[in-house]
Amino acid sequence: MAYSNKVIDHYENPRNVGSLDKDDDDVGTGIVGAPACGDVMKLQIRVEGGVITDAKFKTYGCGSAIASSSLVTEWVKGMSVDEAMKIQNSQIAEELSLPPVKIHCSVLAEDAIKAAIRDYQEKQQKPATEGAAE
Amino acid sequence: MSVKTPIYLDFAATCPVDPRVLEAMLPAFTVDYGNAASRTHVFGWRAEEAVERGRAEVAKTIGADPKEITFTSGATESNNLAIKGAAEFLADRGKHIITAVTEHKAVLDTCKYLERRGCDVTYLPVDTQGLVTPAQIAEAIRPDTILVSVMFANNETGVIQPIAEIGALCHERGVLFHTDAVQAFGKVPIDVQAMNIDMMSVSAHKIYGPKGVGALYVRRRRPRVRIAPQIHGGGHERGNRSGTLNVPGIVGFGEAARIAREEMAEESARILALREHLRARLSAEIPHAIVNGTLERHLPGTLNVSFAYVEGESLLMGLKDIAVSSGSACTSASLEPSYVLRAMGLDDELAHSSLRITIGRPTTRDEIDYLADRVKEQVERLREMSPLWEMVQDGIDLSTIEWTPH
Repeated sequence: MAYSNKVIDHYENPRNVGSLDKDDDDVGTGIVGAPACGDVMKLQIRVEGGVITDAKFKTYGCGSAIASSSLVTEWVKGMSVDEAMKIQNSQIAEELSLPPVKIHCSVLAEDAIKAAIRDYQEKQQKPATEGAAE
Repeated sequence: MSVKTPIYLDFAATCPVDPRVLEAMLPAFTVDYGNAASRTHVFGWRAEEAVERGRAEVAKTIGADPKEITFTSGATESNNLAIKGAAEFLADRGKHIITAVTEHKAVLDTCKYLERRGCDVTYLPVDTQGLVTPAQIAEAIRPDTILVSVMFANNETGVIQPIAEIGALCHERGVLFHTDAVQAFGKVPIDVQAMNIDMMSVSAHKIYGPKGVGALYVRRRRPRVRIAPQIHGGGHERGNRSGTLNVPGIVGFGEAARIAREEMAEESARILALREHLRARLSAEIPHAIVNGTLERHLPGTLNVSFAYVEGESLLMGLKDIAVSSGSACTSASLEPSYVLRAMGLDDELAHSSLRITIGRPTTRDEIDYLADRVKEQVERLREMSPLWEMVQDGIDLSTIEWTPH
């Protein structure tokens, strides 16, 4: 299978590989996929003042899965949480020129960013309910 | 160390034509171009002589009589002819066939076709090393069993089945025994008499011959095996397979078989030494590198190895100037990881992480070292990127995690 130049570029020079402290209140972590299916993505975001200031990923999967997650970390940096929530897998697939058989990689990347945002939002709600000062 | 890239290490898929084979073939294209079935002139006679020389070489390589060799377009056709041909000819005697789950698709899909036509097929499981046992076959044989088809050596793992034992059992029980010997032919000694093989599929392009030509060995004595032809026409190949003979292909096949037979001992020792060098390096230098399939009964040139926590297709992408193959789902159209490795009880994850390296006649030690260096470098790089590797380093047992299959 021939890969697009963008997939090759992200595979060879992945952006934002690494991990953030998952116990930090400002960090949201999303882990999606399964080893048995051949891909697992871990995507983390740091949110400050409603804006995503940092993003990191680690991916076990094919080149297209690595590229999809790398691309998403690049995109979400500087976005508000609401903007990031609106990222569609079709945008990822289009940007990377993924063939039909690789669309699931972009779906997984969309799932990963949404899971990371939800994790962050759940963390924010916990202290709020405990405090319930208002 | 100097190597010329790209490097080919996928000889189980196909081989280059040996220059000696090509040289032998050339006159059959332009000078001795007759139709081997033309009985009325010298062009036909010469073509027929060339075909018979090729037939004799192929036969000699497996201890057969030349009359027992039927030329085909390749091993897929040979497997189809053997299994469908026997099932059709023996339809009155029974409809039960025994095979194994790790067979090549040319055998499995032929069996599935016959199931739709009323045959019963038993697909025997294999053990963790990829082996079926004669005891499994003995237990599966029924009064209406007409055929056992078990491959000689597996294309993905290189594991060699206990062919002689299975052959002896089948003869004792009066059941025909077919083996798909595509990977083993020309690589390890095969004797159809000593091994009690009744039918055997072989191919030219796996032994440095041309693509598009293969053969089916069909036993003529004790017992005389009869099969129904699957391609009808002019009655070529003793009626087993009609169609104008591929004379250049057969000449090349014969020459390739001669070379393989005469150089087998020396070549397999050299290739085995290269494989063991590679295996030793990968095992010593990369943690969690797991060899798939027993090496006790194994083709010399094949190595199937899984690198845990690294997905196979991404590893292949990192080895872009090296041609090898993977059991990863992503390299197949089906998105299913290797059914052969899964049948051996390998976790899906390890099946996704597998690499098949096959060493051949032109392979050098420098190429093997280059491969080992690149694999090590890429596995390390991809593990740094792998969330699974990170979890394992943190002491997390991956089997305790609730994944979200998709």
